[in-house]
Amino acid sequence: MLNAILVVGAVVGALQAIRAKRLLVSALWLAGCSAMVSILFYAMDAREMAVIELSVGAGLVTVLFVFAISIAGEDTSDVRAFVPKPLAWLLVLISIGLLGWMIIPTIGAPIPGVEPSFSEILWQQRGLDVIVQSGLMFAGIVGLLGLLADAKVPAKETAAQKQAATSIPPPPKALSQSPAIREEAHV
Amino acid sequence: MTLLEIMVVGVLGLAGVGMYGLLISRNLIKIVVSLQVLVKGAMLALIAAGYASGHINLAQSMAVTVIVADTVVAVIGLALAIQVRRRFGTLDVKELATLQK
Repeated sequence: MLNAILVVGAVVGALQAIRAKRLLVSALWLAGCSAMVSILFYAMDAREMAVIELSVGAGLVTVLFVFAISIAGEDTSDVRAFVPKPLAWLLVLISIGLLGWMIIPTIGAPIPGVEPSFSEILWQQRGLDVIVQSGLMFAGIVGLLGLLADAKVPAKETAAQKQAATSIPPPPKALSQSPAIREEAHV
Repeated sequence: MTLLEIMVVGVLGLAGVGMYGLLISRNLIKIVVSLQVLVKGAMLALIAAGYASGHINLAQSMAVTVIVADTVVAVIGLALAIQVRRRFGTLDVKELATLQK
């Protein structure tokens, strides 16, 4: 019963996050949805994932949203959607029907066999994936820094700099004073 | 209803709401929110599949990969939204469709 309430709460939270007019309210509904999903993870014995979802999904991502909204500002202008809402609901119902048609027959009995621990799977069996994830996080941080940096306008070249760039540079002093060059000048 | 059936309902609900949000949203930040909801449905599906098959640790390791990729997508998407707002003064995707400043 508690799990059913949590599932309904997560779906309602997600729907409110989509429907809310204010972006900040939308971010807070999303955080609530993440918290409920993390409790559902815990109910399915996925304890590590529950902790990660609660700290990253409900914590870090919400902070990121609030940060982005505080910079970009609330854009509450009520604009018409690209797709009419009845058509959108129809498309969603068709998609859910197809998804359910694919998922429900695959639910079967548990596969026998002893399962290794989470850390063994993550660090040994999927070690390469962890390295790729680290690279992905690094790329994300670099991309974020690049995107958040203010665009620098190149400084205009002064007239003197332009003239210096186009004129022939004078010969070096050491060469012009060498005896070989002086002899050539006499000839 | 068993726990697994409840989770299937949750997966379908979250995926449906995420898809609906992607279809009707024109605000860039709302689009990122919709993507987050959709990915939560996918993660719930992964964990439910692991719970059903008795391989919850394998499912958790997969879900960790998903959450890392999802967070990076959210970070980049929000940074793009901030830059779009700075340069064009709007978060409406329709305004960007003309590709003119």
